[in-house]
Amino acid sequence: MPRRRLYMHQKPEALSELSAQTKPPECEAENSSGVKECASLSRRSLLNAALFLPAASVVGCSSPRESNLSEAQESRPAFAFFNPEERAFVEAATERLIPDEEDGLGARGAGVAVFIDRQLAGPYGRAEHWYMQGPWATGTPEQGYQLKLTPGELYQTATRDVNAWCQKKHGKAFAGLSEAEQDDVLHGLESGDVELPDVPAKVFFAMLWNNTVEGFLSDPMYGGNRNFAGWKLVGFPGPRYNYVSEIEQYGKPYTLPTVGILGRNGALLKKG
Amino acid sequence: MANPLKPVDVVLVGFGWTGSILAEQLTQTGLEVLALERGKFRDTVPDFATTQIQDELRYAVRDGLFQDPARDTLTFRNSVDQTALPMRRLGSFLPGVGVGGAGIHWNGQLWRFLPEDFVIRSHTEQRYGKSFIPADMTIQDWGITYAELEPHYDTFDYLCGISGTAGNIEGQIQPGGNPFEGPRQRGYPLPPLKRSYPTVLFDRAAKEIGFKPFPCPAANTSAAYKNPLGVQMGPCTYCGYCEWFGCGNYSKASPQTTILPVLLKRKNFSLRTHCDVTRINLDNTGKRSTGVTYVDAQGRQVEQPASLVICCAWAQHNALLLLHSKIGQPYDPKTNTGVVGRNYAYQITSAVDVFFDEIMNPFMGAGALGQAIDEFNGDNFDHAPVGFIGGGYIALWTTGGRPILQHQLPADAPKWGAGWKKAMADNYLKSASIATHGSVMSYRDSYLDLDPTYRDIYGDALLRLTFDFHPNEIKMSGFLTDKAALIAQAMKLRSFHPIPREGHYSIVPYQTTHNTGGCAMGANPKTSVVNKYLQSWDVSNVFVMGTSVFPQNAGYNPTGTVAALAYWSADAIKNRYLKSPGPLVQA
Repeated sequence: MPRRRLYMHQKPEALSELSAQTKPPECEAENSSGVKECASLSRRSLLNAALFLPAASVVGCSSPRESNLSEAQESRPAFAFFNPEERAFVEAATERLIPDEEDGLGARGAGVAVFIDRQLAGPYGRAEHWYMQGPWATGTPEQGYQLKLTPGELYQTATRDVNAWCQKKHGKAFAGLSEAEQDDVLHGLESGDVELPDVPAKVFFAMLWNNTVEGFLSDPMYGGNRNFAGWKLVGFPGPRYNYVSEIEQYGKPYTLPTVGILGRNGALLKKG
Repeated sequence: MANPLKPVDVVLVGFGWTGSILAEQLTQTGLEVLALERGKFRDTVPDFATTQIQDELRYAVRDGLFQDPARDTLTFRNSVDQTALPMRRLGSFLPGVGVGGAGIHWNGQLWRFLPEDFVIRSHTEQRYGKSFIPADMTIQDWGITYAELEPHYDTFDYLCGISGTAGNIEGQIQPGGNPFEGPRQRGYPLPPLKRSYPTVLFDRAAKEIGFKPFPCPAANTSAAYKNPLGVQMGPCTYCGYCEWFGCGNYSKASPQTTILPVLLKRKNFSLRTHCDVTRINLDNTGKRSTGVTYVDAQGRQVEQPASLVICCAWAQHNALLLLHSKIGQPYDPKTNTGVVGRNYAYQITSAVDVFFDEIMNPFMGAGALGQAIDEFNGDNFDHAPVGFIGGGYIALWTTGGRPILQHQLPADAPKWGAGWKKAMADNYLKSASIATHGSVMSYRDSYLDLDPTYRDIYGDALLRLTFDFHPNEIKMSGFLTDKAALIAQAMKLRSFHPIPREGHYSIVPYQTTHNTGGCAMGANPKTSVVNKYLQSWDVSNVFVMGTSVFPQNAGYNPTGTVAALAYWSADAIKNRYLKSPGPLVQA
């Protein structure tokens, strides 16, 4: 199992360090990926809690305070950009694009929806650095993005369109569909077979996928890649700065713990 | 307009590599030199501190150090029958903005062009006959020779502390270097960088086939270095954050790490940032510049008188400035007359992604840490059987393993979902990529002019780029890709797959920031904007720097040639122009 290998051989110090920091007494079980898990909490609720609490632990175990979270508290409006419908869509869609599976190393565990929400609330979402003057024309594929919509507006418009399409076809919004149905819709957006009335589906899918990968693999200080979930999956040790002694150790795994720009705690968020 | 400011001897439009080189050279003579930079001031500390610079999202994905299209962009179309539309966001190329320009975020891949590259038309005609050159291909000799430029290439090598192994010293082929390079007067100032595992495997495979691989010349220091200006650089730590980042370690050559510590202290030099130069001003004869007009940080329009104006802006921006200032005749592709905007060119890249059984640790690297072969560059091989002009190098670079943009997946890996995730886990640590870096010739229908519709923030027309790949380049790139696949095959890999460059040129995916032309240099004013000293044929106190003067593009990264031309031109200004201001070459 490649992922198991990653944990066992490449980041042992990182794992033990994390576990040591966050080990409450009720933690005993260890899942198939070598990640400790709390018997008292379902993985899904644990990960849900982690998404909405600063500095919550995903790969390790939750504190007793977190485990007492009610459903209402979990869903408090921690999002800066999305409305509840948009948020539900983006959470559900990104969870299919990079599923957590048994290891928790997916979009949900990594907080990808939180990342996208923050990006859309900022200069990227407002296309502040893009040339956004008219006139507007469709252009050729080689001429690139030519929509009048900012990324934030594209998400809002596409979400409404996709949910309306799902309502018509399945009688439910996207988030309420089965995983297989959700995958079908996503494939349809990717290929353009699902036609949306207000936006080109392929353009939206490409943006959603790019932002999902960004949220999975960027520094945790932006709200995604929580507890280095994405970096641990692939084996990237983070911005480590100096490999003078290691670069000629051909074929040998790099063993120092994962770091982010704010340090070894992959749940620290950048302020402001 | 505000009253004219106090005149200066020299005004530099833009303050990247060429502006810094010209300023350092010309302030030596006692001239009062002023640099006007559109972006902000920045330096190793605090802007590139390692505590913040290693941030892929901020710098590489969200374009932290690049030109801001909201303020400055161009319009693009593949052919004259299309309507050009704005490049609304960056993609295919990433121009820099701010002090140091693109010299901040480059990789440090520092090459010289081949002697034949500078005389490509006459050389091709002589070796293959006139009919070998397609009718619409507008390649021309540069009006300068490699031998004339060699001392200036050398100056830049030693300014930057280049790490490498020389291949040809004064005509003597050296073991371990590039045997195809033009003769150099001495070896590199520093030994080559340490080698990463994939470059070792590439080297081994290339040798097995019979090629002559060598370490790529690197403006990343393999050891501590003090340059001739007395500026100190530190050894590279192989952190893998060169391209698209600033170096926090004083290891990648940039104006900040090689020139500015000395230049900024000179009393006859001054720098103003956040200044957008909108016009080069002319006197009533139209033959002489009186200085420039710019919009300052507070939005005021300012007139700056100067005796000498040197365009040191981003390549195509120089052409835009000449067009707006009505210096030189604009190029017209219909009649094939005029020169400003003519002969835009680019480069054509492709890759072969390679997948190993062993761990490669891709995150350990440096921007110019690579191993290359040069058998298929320029005219290093017989072009008669292949039927195209040009070539390129084939290299395995290990520039870093930044996970968002620098991961390779096998061709059959799912594009998303659980399968994508598994492929990422299986391949990130065990992959690399072989790159081909090919030349692009110039053509009658590849050019720059003013867009009829779209405007910048000052209401001026945007530059319009009309460009596509031609059959010559597609064929050449396919040839290079096949050779790269041959090496991949010899590497005894788990798998590999070629990613050829096909179809129309697209402004969307990143390819290379090696845009050239628009202000071509040459010996004939009918086909060039500047003479061999980079002096305008039309207005003799205006000079133009940068890749904008390349008449077509070669198969190497251009910074070495850009810098050598800047030193060459500075030498002509110091030793010839200042003694007798006026045209250095009679038209």
